[in-house]
Amino acid sequence: MLHIYCPHCAEYRVETEFHAAGQAHIARPLDPEACSDQEWGEYLFFRKNPRGLHHELWVHAAGCRKFFNMTRDTQSYEIKEVYKVGEKPSVVDSPAQQKAMSMETVSEETVSGENMSGAQS
Amino acid sequence: MSDLNTMTAAESAATKAAVMDQLPSSEIEGQSPLHHADLLSLATQGPSTGGIHFREHKLLGHLTLRCNAENADQLAAVERVLGVGLPIQPLTSNESGDYSIRWLSPDEWLILVPGLEAFEIETKFRDEMPGHYSLVNSSGGSTVLELSGENVVELLQKATPIDLHLKAFPVGKVVSTLFAKSTTTMRRTGEQRFELVVRRSFSDYIWLWIQDASLEYGLVIEA
Repeated sequence: MLHIYCPHCAEYRVETEFHAAGQAHIARPLDPEACSDQEWGEYLFFRKNPRGLHHELWVHAAGCRKFFNMTRDTQSYEIKEVYKVGEKPSVVDSPAQQKAMSMETVSEETVSGENMSGAQS
Repeated sequence: MSDLNTMTAAESAATKAAVMDQLPSSEIEGQSPLHHADLLSLATQGPSTGGIHFREHKLLGHLTLRCNAENADQLAAVERVLGVGLPIQPLTSNESGDYSIRWLSPDEWLILVPGLEAFEIETKFRDEMPGHYSLVNSSGGSTVLELSGENVVELLQKATPIDLHLKAFPVGKVVSTLFAKSTTTMRRTGEQRFELVVRRSFSDYIWLWIQDASLEYGLVIEA
């Protein structure tokens, strides 16, 4: 069982008091009307599933009922840190891993961009 | 949010919520969620010694206050109304006479007052509180149970994962946590005395659970 620190109660509590609420830091598009179907679909449905560091949203459901963020290693289950909503995580992937991640997204974008341009022409 | 907390008196008055006295007239008898258990006759007929003492503090006024803990005007207004300030530190409570305030979350507090005073205090809040806040009379939604006796910590250890050692859980501390298969807001009012605020719909379940769990210690009902 995980032993989770609630940043609002300032105390460790057992996992059963909490609920995981999925990936953190998902920004709603500022102008939903201007989104393409793909952008809106990715905002609504597409979530990361990393092996390693993951930033998650949790809620202290049986306690103070407040949401907070957690950086957790999905491989070892180790909780690296908890921080309040609106704060930035201090534990993030190493630059090399981040680069690898951004390479993936870049290549995805290029592929989808090519598809789009192909459809237009 | 910040502009809502710096409203002028006129703006604040314009946003006043409708208030209603929830107390029925005197010909309707008020019944607590444990009315059917008939604690009064159990208290007279049951055993008078045992490791667990149980009492229901029925028909109290429960007021849920949500406001901004950083707004000094609001904190001062609470103190004017109740004569006791909001506990700002997490997991703490303040008490003055019949009034007690429990910290529930960084912007939410539970205020317990005598049942007949609830409406009067609610009305006072409407007059005194400045800015953006919410006050809800939730008296009918929950009830207060008091557990005491020499085995009370052992009994609670069966129900909740919270560390109940006096060092980790001093008198006056409040936690919202799991209790058996339900939840409760638990406050330590003495070394061997705890007060549970439980949901109305779960009160019968918790009453049955307490009877079962206290079999080995002996249960004394007080009323």
